[in-house]
Amino acid sequence: MPKSSAFQARVDVAEGRLSLAGDCRAADLGTLEAALREWAGAGSRSVDLSAAGGFDIGPAWILKRAMADAATAPAVSGSLPAHFAYLDEMLDGTSVRTADIAPQPREPAGLVRLGRALEVRGESWYEALTYGGKLISTAGSSWRSWRHLRIPSVVRHAYETGYQAVPVVAVIAFLISVISAYISAQQLRPYGGEIFTVDIVAVGVLREFGVLLTAIMVAGRTGSAYAAELGVMKLNDEVDALESMGIDPYEVLVLPRILGLVIALPLLTIVADFMGLFGGAILTRYLIDLPWPQFYMRLDEAIAPTTFWAGLVKAPVFGLLIGLTGTLRGLQVRESSRELGRLTTVAVVQSIFLVIFADALFAIFFLEIDF
Amino acid sequence: MAATTPEVVISVRDVVNRFGPQTVHDGVSFDVHAGEVFGIVGGSGSGKSVLLKTMLGLRKPDSGVVEVEGHDITCMSERELRGVKQRYGVTFQHGALFTSLTVTENVILPMVELFALEEATLQSLAELRLRMVGLPVDAGAKFPAQLSGGMIKRAALARALALDPALLFLDEPTAGLDPIAATAFDDLVLYLRRTLGLTVVMVTHDLDTLARTCDRVAVLVDGKVIVDTLPGIVRNDHPWIREYFHGARGRLMAAAGEEAQRGA
Repeated sequence: MPKSSAFQARVDVAEGRLSLAGDCRAADLGTLEAALREWAGAGSRSVDLSAAGGFDIGPAWILKRAMADAATAPAVSGSLPAHFAYLDEMLDGTSVRTADIAPQPREPAGLVRLGRALEVRGESWYEALTYGGKLISTAGSSWRSWRHLRIPSVVRHAYETGYQAVPVVAVIAFLISVISAYISAQQLRPYGGEIFTVDIVAVGVLREFGVLLTAIMVAGRTGSAYAAELGVMKLNDEVDALESMGIDPYEVLVLPRILGLVIALPLLTIVADFMGLFGGAILTRYLIDLPWPQFYMRLDEAIAPTTFWAGLVKAPVFGLLIGLTGTLRGLQVRESSRELGRLTTVAVVQSIFLVIFADALFAIFFLEIDF
Repeated sequence: MAATTPEVVISVRDVVNRFGPQTVHDGVSFDVHAGEVFGIVGGSGSGKSVLLKTMLGLRKPDSGVVEVEGHDITCMSERELRGVKQRYGVTFQHGALFTSLTVTENVILPMVELFALEEATLQSLAELRLRMVGLPVDAGAKFPAQLSGGMIKRAALARALALDPALLFLDEPTAGLDPIAATAFDDLVLYLRRTLGLTVVMVTHDLDTLARTCDRVAVLVDGKVIVDTLPGIVRNDHPWIREYFHGARGRLMAAAGEEAQRGA
């Protein structure tokens, strides 16, 4: 064992000589690299290793390569690192010159990249289509018997996505209706129309806010959970394991999740509607001194029999959209943990987008049919 | 090796590991010598992984001392421990390659984190590690999901070698490999040990790997450890060890071997 001493590298630019002294460990790679670069600039004519100690294999390798890259083989004084023998044996006659190494494939040009991106996009749409098709056929066949409908699983998902989300949905619905009641009351006061705060809150909550906020909340909560759960199962080969047992993963994994959500979202919406009206009632009671019975009477006049249903009917559709997006993105996870993160994000963003887009379509539709 | 006192690289003294009421290691002591391949075997739940984690400094033992190159790692600060950790390389059972990085990126990750080096140098060093473990250089651009099981093990070894460790820990290096790939991996470990003077600690269940590569074997039974050369261990009278080496599988292998010899 040579006595250990600090590594030193000196380059004599005029002579093109590299002098190394002391032990060169992996931690000295940076020093060695800088010296080698300078040496290459000076023509790399000779190496002085007479004061050099032991070399780790990494430094030995980059020294060897730098010596091979020199235009003419540099003159060596002192003994070469012991690992050179190992490297020669490992290389077995193949060259170490940088020029002889096959270059890494270059980044493709803009047009190629565009084409690839389009291809990926197209595949994604195609996958979504086939996914929908498979799901419909699975739903069709599992409808025929109770056993294939997986009631316990559906109930569990409805419980997890619905019941467990009640506190957060209730609080959010309450706060949003309080905010909208406060703003409406303030805007209507100059016209003496504070009483119509009740109309705004009731119609707003029942038709739009209740269901929309619930759906966005659930998209963030459940859409991401579905995508992550299925994604991890996919990475773990659990989906393939199910398939190999002759069990349809769409029937056991996908359909119960979607059905659970389609059941849970309307129920959550009812909770949100109730809490929203409750928040509006409290605020009008204390902000514009409207007693409870009057609030109730005004409410009765403000809303048509269809107002409540106009909101509620959207809930199962939103649930379906969130469930479809979450499960589809989860099953698209392949190969890497980064994919899992990316697709979970995509699942949430897309389901929120789809929910809002569908809400807009509903608004136009209801306007047209005067619902 | 027996003539002179061998240099001790890792010294484990009276290590006790408990999980609640369950005592996994009840006073485990052994030494790992410089330049040897040290095998660790034991039944499921006998605490092989816990022992490995304790030796790596990833877990503090409930009592006892683990010394790596003369320094007690059980009472080290985070910073000191990091210095020790840079001296060893580890491969995990399933490779534990980062799935979102290419093989080359996996291999250079420790170097990128620790040293400021130029991209060209890093690429060159990655190429060295790939060549060292016998992977084709173009495998570097692939993602772990595109590799076979044997290639993943090799890529994991390449990453473990990235910082020029003196000490290598391998957790089940040949599990899940076909006999040819497993033999090739054993040869690789022996070759690196011979040429680079590495000290290797491996947890393995592969009797062939044990026989081919390990100088000494530690068997974990009943919370204790028995260390001996492989022939010594095989002659041991402990019922579990007898079952392990002379059980149905061991006998079948021996019988098949004899049959083949008679046939030849």
